[in-house]
Amino acid sequence: MTENPPSYLDAGHTIRSWLLTTDHKRIAVLYLISVTFFFLVGGAAAGLVRADLLTPEGDLLTNEGYNRAFTLHGVIMVWFFLIPSIPNVFGNFLIPLMIGARDLAFPRLNLLSWYIYMLGGLFTLIVLLVGGVDTGWTFYTPLSSMFSNGHVVLVAAAVFIVGFSSILTGLNFIVTIHKLRAPGMGWGRMPLFVWSHYATSIILVLATPVLSITLVLIAAERLFGLGIFDPSLGGDPLLFQHLFWFYSHPAVYIMVLPALGVISELVAAAARKPVFGYSFVAGSSIAIAIIGFFVWGHHMFVSGQSMYASAVFSFLSLAVAVPSGIKVYNWTATLYKGNILLDPPFLFAMSFIGLFVVGGLTGLALAMLSIDVHVHDTYFVVAHFHYIMVGGTISAYFGALHFWWPKMFGRMYPLTWGRITAATIFFGFNLTFFPQFILGFLGMPRRYHVYAPEFQTLHVLSSAGSTLLGFAYLLPFVYLGYSLVASKRASANPWGATGLEWTVPSPPPKHNFVEIPTVTGRPYDYPVDKEDSR
Amino acid sequence: MTEDLPRLKEPYSTRGQQREADMLGVYLFLASEIMLFGGLFAVIFVAHYLHPEEFIAASKKMHVAIGAANTMILLTSSALVAIAVKAARAGQTRPVSLCLALAAVLGAAFLGLKAYEYWSEYQEGLLPLPGARTDFTSPGEHLFMNIYLIATSLHALHLTIGIVVLSLFAWLIHSRRVKLPAGATATETAATYWHLVDIIWIFLFPVLYLAR
Repeated sequence: MTENPPSYLDAGHTIRSWLLTTDHKRIAVLYLISVTFFFLVGGAAAGLVRADLLTPEGDLLTNEGYNRAFTLHGVIMVWFFLIPSIPNVFGNFLIPLMIGARDLAFPRLNLLSWYIYMLGGLFTLIVLLVGGVDTGWTFYTPLSSMFSNGHVVLVAAAVFIVGFSSILTGLNFIVTIHKLRAPGMGWGRMPLFVWSHYATSIILVLATPVLSITLVLIAAERLFGLGIFDPSLGGDPLLFQHLFWFYSHPAVYIMVLPALGVISELVAAAARKPVFGYSFVAGSSIAIAIIGFFVWGHHMFVSGQSMYASAVFSFLSLAVAVPSGIKVYNWTATLYKGNILLDPPFLFAMSFIGLFVVGGLTGLALAMLSIDVHVHDTYFVVAHFHYIMVGGTISAYFGALHFWWPKMFGRMYPLTWGRITAATIFFGFNLTFFPQFILGFLGMPRRYHVYAPEFQTLHVLSSAGSTLLGFAYLLPFVYLGYSLVASKRASANPWGATGLEWTVPSPPPKHNFVEIPTVTGRPYDYPVDKEDSR
Repeated sequence: MTEDLPRLKEPYSTRGQQREADMLGVYLFLASEIMLFGGLFAVIFVAHYLHPEEFIAASKKMHVAIGAANTMILLTSSALVAIAVKAARAGQTRPVSLCLALAAVLGAAFLGLKAYEYWSEYQEGLLPLPGARTDFTSPGEHLFMNIYLIATSLHALHLTIGIVVLSLFAWLIHSRRVKLPAGATATETAATYWHLVDIIWIFLFPVLYLAR
């Protein structure tokens, strides 16, 4: 092993060598640290919200304080954690390794994306310090443009800036996937993780600018009175919702598509079998990305848009279930008669599938016009989108962290602790959010912090679950941190998985490959001989 | 001869691959720019649909002559930029820097005329700036002018960036800090951005000035 070049972690130890790096792997680590920080900040806001909801009177926070807490929770979690988490950490780290490239197509642009992300984050933290914003993360007009007394423009600027980072990352991924695949790696031989990031990147590049212009219009209305959405000037507040959801619905797929890619890798490695229906799983990512652009109107069933528009949006929203279902069925078929290893990554994948199915099926319910009118803007919706965006995406994020941790840092962690974490997250998550389905169905509206006393039991259950969940989210800090200093070294391929990233040492050398590999076979060519170092 | 070829950068194995990646990157960036203005065009069409008569009345108050003159200016500049790309590929330094510089000057002329137009509209009480005297005949007209101001100033901002980029390239090529044809791809990326700014105006002009 001595002839190997030093790993990317050993390629320099100065602060400068990290802050000015163009190595995609180091940038991934920078993102890992920064998204973890924002996850903690957003999580603290969530804790505040859940604590306030313990009593029907909302004793902990003022009305205004409650609005600001849930808004910051939403803004930080959506734009600074859920959207960048998997693409910017694992996409950055793995895409070049998986397609046999030495780096992303534009390494300096990649570093610039991180700095832009941090600048947006700085704006958000300033907003946090000066008192926050009270519009909800959706910034609906005319509240945001005329009546809000929070720092709307500053938050809009933060989200605008972080949007730039998303666009540049998406652009970098698309160009890399098109132009830097190793010889022999045709489109039909790409790992599904790469496929899902390709689909995600298309949404990032094409949808994010629409959010940007929407935020510019809000700022123009608020700062200069250039009312586009103000009805007294002939504007239309509904227009805001159309523009906002044209981005923000696809944004849900920005969060969940990379997660779906992660799960395909995890399931195949756990079952030690080729992914069933590879081309359907790959194509369904693209299908989700495309259909995702045409479903935004399902957020507006009760907004006063035309009934015919609602009917069309309802139909199109139901259509997303087809490619999503293809994935779930194909994972199940992959596991069938698989030689399954009950390792932490697999348990996280199972947790993902469970939560994603519940979130997806309740999504079908919400796509139905009649049901949506009943539960619109209730906790039913809150529970639904948390199951998909939080349950789904975070399970996959932790699954990815536990699967590729040995690759990223060259160390194994105590597997039992990983299993305990996966199980606790699954249990804590369901305890937190399942009662919210019932709450919503019984009529508890979202964003209220004073509520009817009969809802208290369910709220207390939910808050108890969130405490457990918060505890489970913190556990990996302990044992993964411990593994960095005290665990045994990981081999190049501890899980016996396929893929080019497992052919290089753990952690990989600075330029990934001494010689660019030539790909000769299909992906997921299981079983693989395992070097048992676990 | 190696000076004639662009430097091969880190992740690439061939110059052809590098050039294709650079151009794909630029096109994707421009696609995102089109979606940015696409949002604005959606706003324009929706507002026009909601207030057809008021929009036509408002559009008739636009200074069509200035808009048309600016359209000609931008089209000419785009032609110059296209010539510059041809010349850059052929490795001719002088015509490239000259064409780029001229295009930048035309861009500045566009901004000058635009500023004069804003000034006239301000005088006529048409510009909905905070604190400005305005006398709109209808809310629809006010909305039209709001959209007009946002759309044209966002376009002017893009144009300003374009002028800076073209001037920079003209100077870099003139002073041989960028050598041709090695720098042809870089010149082409700047030119493509300029074409996009031009194309956006080609669409803004009819929907704002000629909607009658």
